Amino acid sequence: MTKTSMEQIAQPAIAQPAVKVLGLSRRFGDTEILKGLDLTIQRDEFVALLGRSGSGKSTLLRALAGLDWDVKGHGEVVVPDSVSVVFQDSRLLPWMNVMNNVTFGLNGRALGRSRSANRSAAELALEEVELGHRKNAWPRELSGGEQQRVALARSLAREPQLLLADEPFGALDALTRIKMQNLLKRLCERHQPAVLFVTHDVDEAISLADRVIVLDHGVILSEHVVEPNERTPGTPGFSTLRRSLLADLGVE
Amino acid sequence: MTTTTRNLKPPSMVDTRPLRHRLGPGKRIPFNVLIGPALLLIVWSVASAFGWIDPYTLVAPWKVVTTGWELIESGRLQSALAVSAARALTSLAIGVLVGTVLALIAGMSRIGEGVVDGIIQVKRSIPTMALIPLFIVWFGIGESMKAITISAAVLVPVYLNTYAGLRGIDSRHLELAETLGISRREFAWRVLLPGAMPGVFVGLRYAVTIALVGLVVVEQINVTNGIGFMMANASMLGQTDVIIVGLVVYAMIGLLADGVVRTLERRVLRWRKTVG
Repeated sequence: MTKTSMEQIAQPAIAQPAVKVLGLSRRFGDTEILKGLDLTIQRDEFVALLGRSGSGKSTLLRALAGLDWDVKGHGEVVVPDSVSVVFQDSRLLPWMNVMNNVTFGLNGRALGRSRSANRSAAELALEEVELGHRKNAWPRELSGGEQQRVALARSLAREPQLLLADEPFGALDALTRIKMQNLLKRLCERHQPAVLFVTHDVDEAISLADRVIVLDHGVILSEHVVEPNERTPGTPGFSTLRRSLLADLGVE
Repeated sequence: MTTTTRNLKPPSMVDTRPLRHRLGPGKRIPFNVLIGPALLLIVWSVASAFGWIDPYTLVAPWKVVTTGWELIESGRLQSALAVSAARALTSLAIGVLVGTVLALIAGMSRIGEGVVDGIIQVKRSIPTMALIPLFIVWFGIGESMKAITISAAVLVPVYLNTYAGLRGIDSRHLELAETLGISRREFAWRVLLPGAMPGVFVGLRYAVTIALVGLVVVEQINVTNGIGFMMANASMLGQTDVIIVGLVVYAMIGLLADGVVRTLERRVLRWRKTVG
């Protein structure tokens, strides 16, 4: 996919999907992890990917991130030029302060902006995750949630067309988790990237995603577009969707 | 049965638990490393004062001090120190530079690894001081032989630790850099090298110690100046006070160099938090 200019984004009539996956197969040794998987993600669509351990969630995400060069398989993957990945751990470089960790994400070949432009973009991103006041701190001085917020700022400062998130809040405590989900929701509304969000938390998937996909044994088992009346926890719509997703995951 | 209850202290509202690790080594004592050396000095002084030590075996501490002062006044100590320090520092610099460059070559590419690492492993198994006879044939008995010998000894720990640091890079950081589209150069400068720095400093600390050992050894061979020459002369004349002054000077060079490396380490690695 070629780089999208601003004009093209302004014309929704020729809306190309952000992600296109056709017949994707991946295997580790004799085990087939992904079996001819097809997936399309529209621009600014938030897709949550649910699945049990070993269902192939992370393998799919790593294929989209281009991190599976040593894995055998075939299939077609089309992703935008600018992709950001948020991992379960923040992966901040401990020898750089918070600010430099964010600008480090802006040094990639695809971007190539000036130093001062990078700095102001990073400052803005840190303000967005409410960590503008910690920009000179070392990563080890931050809490787990704060570190993950910096990682989020690093990803979003790149203004990605596709955000890949591999259980980014999985290691956080329940309260921090809810705060982070709300933050991510706000940020995605503002930046509107296409999102593939891997999680095994059904509630998290429903509250964040436009569409929830359940992966099982390397194929898509089911897909649910989340309607507005299903989004609020405690409502009948939410409970029905939650129950059906859990059933797909093998939890009755 | 009642005795156990009688021995219990009444419950107190004040929390008297200690404010530090119960299983840690305890509260820091300032300059506690000086306790041992100070005791040794006291024993030496007392034994000398009571004449328990023959002055021909070991002179009294105060005699060492006055001899040291005389050597300084005559300017002999300074000139010897300058020569020895220059020898050690040049060789150290060369060894560190060569070791680091070799580690970078081996650490950053597979071909480099194949060429360099095998050779260094062979070199490592031969004690450098055993190479001196060969080095004398090749390079003579002058200053260059001395510098090469010390450098050859120094580069081994520098290489090994830097190389291990480069190869020990966290694969998660590598993955991150790949997803961010970082260039090779940027990756080397901002991920690989900073990540290897803890190893580099371990190597440097070894290097300083080894340079000093190398200095002592090469200063036994055909020298007419330096601390080693001063001590060899004194040995023939039975002047234990001069020998001890030489030892003290060697020790001071070692401590000073170690201090410099430690200070540098604290500054460069200030992002790290270690127990200590």
